[in-house]
Amino acid sequence: MKVDDWQNGGFGLYLHWPFCQAKCPYCDFNSHVSALIDQDRWKNAYLSEIARVGAQTQGRVLNTVFFGGGTPSMMEPSLVAAIIEKIRATWPTSNDMEVTLEANPTSVEAGRFQGYRDAGVNRISMGVQALNDNDLRRLGRLHSVAEARAAFDIARNTFDRVSFDLIYARQDQSADHWRAELSEALTMAIDHLSLYQLTIESGTAFGDRYERGKLRGLPDDDSAGDMYFITQELCEKAGMPAYEVSNHARPGSESRHNKIYWRYGDYAGVGPGAHGRVTIDGNRYATDTPLQPGAWLNSVEKTGSGEANSIALPLKDQVTEYLLMGMRLIDGISLSRYESLARKPLCHNKINELSEIGVVVHEGDNLRPTPQGLAVLNAVLRELLPE
Amino acid sequence: MTELKNIRNFSIVAHIDHGKSTLADRLIQLTGTVAERDMKEQLLDAMDIERERGITIKANTVRIEYPAKDGETYVLNLIDTPGHVDFAYEVSRSMQAVEGSLLVVDASQGVEAQTLANVYQAIDADHEIVPVLNKVDLPAADCDRVAEQIEDVIGIDATDAVRISAKTGIGIPDVLEAIVTRLPAPKGDRDAPLKAMLVDSYYDAYLGVVVIIRVIDGVIKKGDRIKMMRTGGLYPVDRLGVFRPAMQNIAELGPGEIGFLTASIKQVRDTRVGDTITHEKKGCTEPLPGFKPAQPVVFCGLFPVDSAEFEDLRDAIEKLALNDASFSYEMETSAALGFGFRCGFLGLLHLEVIRDRLEREYGIDLITTAPSVIYHVHMKDGTMQELHNPADMPDLTYVDHIEEPRIKATILVPDEYLGDVLKLCQDRRGIQQDLTYAGTRAMVVYDLPLNEVVFDFYDRLKSVTKGYASFDYQMIGYRADFLVKMQVLVNDEPVDALSTMVHRDRAEQRGRAMCEKLKELIPRHMFKIPIQAAIGGRVIARETLSAMRKDVTAKCYGGDATRKKKLLEKQKAGKKKMRQFGKVEIPQQAFINALKMDD
Ligand SMILES: Nc1nc2c(ncn2[C@@H]2O[C@H](COP(=O)(O)OP(=O)(O)OP(=O)(O)O)[C@@H](O)[C@H]2O)c(=O)[nH]1
Ligand SMILES: C[S@@+](CC[C@H](N)C(=O)[O-])C[C@H]1O[C@@H](n2cnc3c(N)ncnc32)[C@H](O)[C@@H]1O
Ligand code: SF4
Ligand SMILES: [Mg+2]
Repeated sequence: MKVDDWQNGGFGLYLHWPFCQAKCPYCDFNSHVSALIDQDRWKNAYLSEIARVGAQTQGRVLNTVFFGGGTPSMMEPSLVAAIIEKIRATWPTSNDMEVTLEANPTSVEAGRFQGYRDAGVNRISMGVQALNDNDLRRLGRLHSVAEARAAFDIARNTFDRVSFDLIYARQDQSADHWRAELSEALTMAIDHLSLYQLTIESGTAFGDRYERGKLRGLPDDDSAGDMYFITQELCEKAGMPAYEVSNHARPGSESRHNKIYWRYGDYAGVGPGAHGRVTIDGNRYATDTPLQPGAWLNSVEKTGSGEANSIALPLKDQVTEYLLMGMRLIDGISLSRYESLARKPLCHNKINELSEIGVVVHEGDNLRPTPQGLAVLNAVLRELLPE
Repeated sequence: MTELKNIRNFSIVAHIDHGKSTLADRLIQLTGTVAERDMKEQLLDAMDIERERGITIKANTVRIEYPAKDGETYVLNLIDTPGHVDFAYEVSRSMQAVEGSLLVVDASQGVEAQTLANVYQAIDADHEIVPVLNKVDLPAADCDRVAEQIEDVIGIDATDAVRISAKTGIGIPDVLEAIVTRLPAPKGDRDAPLKAMLVDSYYDAYLGVVVIIRVIDGVIKKGDRIKMMRTGGLYPVDRLGVFRPAMQNIAELGPGEIGFLTASIKQVRDTRVGDTITHEKKGCTEPLPGFKPAQPVVFCGLFPVDSAEFEDLRDAIEKLALNDASFSYEMETSAALGFGFRCGFLGLLHLEVIRDRLEREYGIDLITTAPSVIYHVHMKDGTMQELHNPADMPDLTYVDHIEEPRIKATILVPDEYLGDVLKLCQDRRGIQQDLTYAGTRAMVVYDLPLNEVVFDFYDRLKSVTKGYASFDYQMIGYRADFLVKMQVLVNDEPVDALSTMVHRDRAEQRGRAMCEKLKELIPRHMFKIPIQAAIGGRVIARETLSAMRKDVTAKCYGGDATRKKKLLEKQKAGKKKMRQFGKVEIPQQAFINALKMDD
């Protein structure tokens, strides 16, 4: 039987919760602040959407679920429980299905952790962002370091798998500051860390300030580069090497859900602004949904579908996506898989050129970035992408 | 046809921006030549580039009618000329077609370098000159001082200079009276065989080639069969007319009149400015002396960024050349840039104008290589080669010596900047010829190598004098000097398009400056790149562009794939704006910016 390309990566479900307590000034995610959230109404919509995408992917084994946001830790545990129950009724799931929920580390949310665990969540990803109160305020966060640490302890006692996020290259942050802060984070009992360089996104409060020249104290490219390499060095030493550009884990503790993206598997997207890649009858479709929470709800309730677009991806786009996602992984990509997607091999001259300058390693069927290459991945991809 | 005594022909000349075209506007307006609602500023500057840059590039002729105080109505043919030194040729040939000049001087600025250059040309052309002091509306205008300056520096009587504001209209009636009373009527013989001067020609999409003529003797009529005396071309006159400034047909043109004809001429190149037009039968025997053709002095290579656009570039260049005989081109191949053209221009502004038009009107992205001049390379066997492109420099073992073109540059500058100007000229290997004062302004004359001037001399001059200096130049001939070809190597590969001729004594300095510039202009790559300048294999300057440290997107999850894909595709397309040299990509503007010196 012919194997669809997605099967090399697995199948997961992404579920988007679009609300937050407050909007962070750097964030360009689909997140909204609302006083009135009718969680019952949201429950019905989610369940209906799960049924819809379930029908399209009938019989597949579901490997992972990810509650992302926004701030999914605002969801009632009963809502999360109903969703997970519906999921289990819709797909056969793998024995050890990974179910992650993103949580903001405030005391209110920590109070729900046990409820999430009872609902079937088995992994928590917390947005700690900084271990410095002043910087947390400048990032517009509602929690303090002490609160984050307390929430972390609760999470640690409740779940086997806990990860947290930090943002570096913040305003007025020096390489030495970051070294100290990250060292401290690495002493916490953690098995997974997402460490992001602060990105100034247009359309955010930081983006506007930046364009007006009012966002001061950002490290220049060279010192942001230093911080990236410090990150690699410290995490490596602590036994948590990078497995992707910004993600570090003890071997075996990688986020299985996120690896589906990078290994270019299939994922269904449910919720406002959720994207999916779903292969149906041999065609890989890129799906999306309305961004606005109200528009999405209406669409689900009135038409029975929250889908806005579903586009059959041309092979060329799939090839590009496979490269740009796959090369983010330390493990890189499979050249034979590339060839069967692209219907021709990846240009050997290019591979040799890039190997010569030390940014990729070519070993048999495997092409992967070197640590040096990972740091300049955009430049590597500009070379590798098909014309 | 108009009686000779009722005709006045004149050119309006001045330093750049002193208000020639604005004065032309007022003359056109006050005589009611153009309806009020059709008036606009610098009406005659019709080309896009002229309007955008606010300067005149092509000379323009207009016929206006003026009922004078003496009760007679006069036909006035005015020619508005460009002020920029690159187009000095337009001024000189316009002057051949008329008997007088209005010398416009900005009363807030005073006499400038092109004021002088224009006066000397007007005197050579035996013109009657009427000085006009313009911009009297400006608070900084000082007519008495400027009148004095005209007498001191130029040596013409300025007591009767007409004081005007071309902007507000003050004094315009006086200009019209002065034209009629102070400029001579043309001479000519209506009954003699036809003798007309071919003043200019241009290509019109509807009419074909339009020829601007000045009739000296005889009468030309529609349907006449004419002969171009120098090119030997024979044509029937299809159409005859005058510019008001729109084209207006007319039955005939007689002595002293200026107008245009069309005659099924295919290309501007089939006409020669300065040629004499006569009748095919019973024509005149003695042609007019003619003009020296305009010679391109600055050369550069133009290459399409996308080599697939070479044929489009060829088409575009051919079309532009149809309408601009002063621009030359021949095919060129460069190891680095592929196929393109080596083009010759009257000066840097001319180069910029042509390049702009190619890019905008024809939508072709271009790489412009370093401008160069024509060197005379004298070989040991006694022969001489003209070198238009440093990349073609012959093997040194066969070369005896090299000569370069020199110019006489005249610079007028307020006292306080004199030191900076002298330093600039000295740095550019200038030899001072003269230094005189006119009030608080100094006039310096330098003998300079043209290659030190073509590139950024004018920009530098403007910047060291805060825009207060003015500059004019003339070619004076060739002289030998110790010149060498400097090569640039990027990542150890020579880039022929960056080769330049330099004086040996300045080579190190130039080389260093160029390597530093390139280091800024070339984006960082994934590996480090040595940039070197070399003379005949010996490295004289070197810089290293370090490898890029980090360029990676921090976050990229399932929801980001679409957006990141578009971003990368855009970046990938951006690479097409660069040229590949071995493993290195060089952005197109680097080829010209690398040479700009910040001294
Ligand atoms: N205040 C004032 N400004 C004037 C006057 N005459 C012209 N100008 C301004 O001076 C500038 C140059 O005028 P132009 O008529 O284009 O000058 P030009 O001599 O034709 O310039 P080129 O053709 O480029 O040599 C314009 O901004 C005009 O508006 C005047 O009498 N008074
Ligand atoms: C969209 S958030 C969702 C999690 C949760 N709402 C939170 O903020 O803690 C996921 C993570 O993306 C990271 N992030 C968001 N915007 C970012 C930016 N502009 N630059 C770098 N990281 C960013 C933060 O570390 C954040 O924890
Ligand atoms: S960073 Fe997290 S909490 Fe802040 S606005 Fe974005 S999604 Fe919401
Ligand atoms: Mg003008």
